Amino acid sequence: MEKSGYTRSYVLLILFLILMVIGINAGEVEAVLEKAISICLSCIGIG
Amino acid sequence: MLDIRRWIQILATVLSNAWLLFPFTKTIYQGKLKSVCVPGLNCYSCPAAVGSCPLGAIQTFFADLRPSFASGQYHLGLYVIGFLGIIGSLVGRMPCAWACPFGFMQELIHKIPSPKIEIPRIMTWVKYAALVFLVILLPIFVVDFFGYGENWFCKFVCPAGTLQAGLPMIYLQPQLRGLLGTIFTVKLIILAVFLVAMVFIRRPFCRILCPLGAIYSLFNKASLFRMMHHPDRCVLCKQCYRHCPMGVRFYEGANQKDCIRCLQCLRTSCKFGAISYEVGGALPEAGKQPVKQS
Repeated sequence: MEKSGYTRSYVLLILFLILMVIGINAGEVEAVLEKAISICLSCIGIG
Repeated sequence: MLDIRRWIQILATVLSNAWLLFPFTKTIYQGKLKSVCVPGLNCYSCPAAVGSCPLGAIQTFFADLRPSFASGQYHLGLYVIGFLGIIGSLVGRMPCAWACPFGFMQELIHKIPSPKIEIPRIMTWVKYAALVFLVILLPIFVVDFFGYGENWFCKFVCPAGTLQAGLPMIYLQPQLRGLLGTIFTVKLIILAVFLVAMVFIRRPFCRILCPLGAIYSLFNKASLFRMMHHPDRCVLCKQCYRHCPMGVRFYEGANQKDCIRCLQCLRTSCKFGAISYEVGGALPEAGKQPVKQS
């Protein structure tokens, strides 16, 4: 039976939470929105 | 009677594609919800999509890395990396089973009566090559004169994008048909191959090629939600493998890279209590679930 600690799970969770906050703070939410609201023809293989 | 996972798959598919006015607007949803990523593979150029595909979003950040640095914005894609990491740290590859519309579709198509075949295990490693090359390296390092890269996986491979975005958009906007070329033809062939494969093979795209599943799978052994295998109760009947939508041999060990935590093995396959799960080491505690009677 696998029985290992969960410390690394919490460390990873906190690490990625911090990364996400840094990304949000850097304005990346707006960058995602800017790209996602226009049809990217080359992205879907058209044009 | 549909089980709870089917209902959640339906709900996730509908919520990810809730913009039902697209037949009238003839274009995609452009509201602020698009700034939020959905957990599954769901192309944001799909006319009904209300959220962003994390795989498309991360490729866009990588493809625009150099111009972003040149302009002083320093957008590294940490918002999307953090989003994927948080989900992975919590539940590993569980979104593939419960919240991915393309995975849901593969399961439905696989229900078509036909001979079922298994793929060689080595093919399940291809998705990691797709992740490294098509999602990370090529978008970053193959750039044009201005420093912009391409979304290589979306542009040249993604069958979900072809089905959800490419085909609907050329139907809704006939003027786009003049732009169709070799790349779209290749993508149509890839889509057709996978659609046929779905009939005979369990979730072929998820197992062979999906980079998003590859990312989540890296967390399977380290997430707060973990499957547990109890060898002392396992009789090696292999019912877990026969019923697994991903063809995982659970009796060889829990939390393998292709386990999507659908819980099919736990709920319907294993009659001996050899499978359980735990969350953060607490709920429900491993080995204390009741043993089902055969």
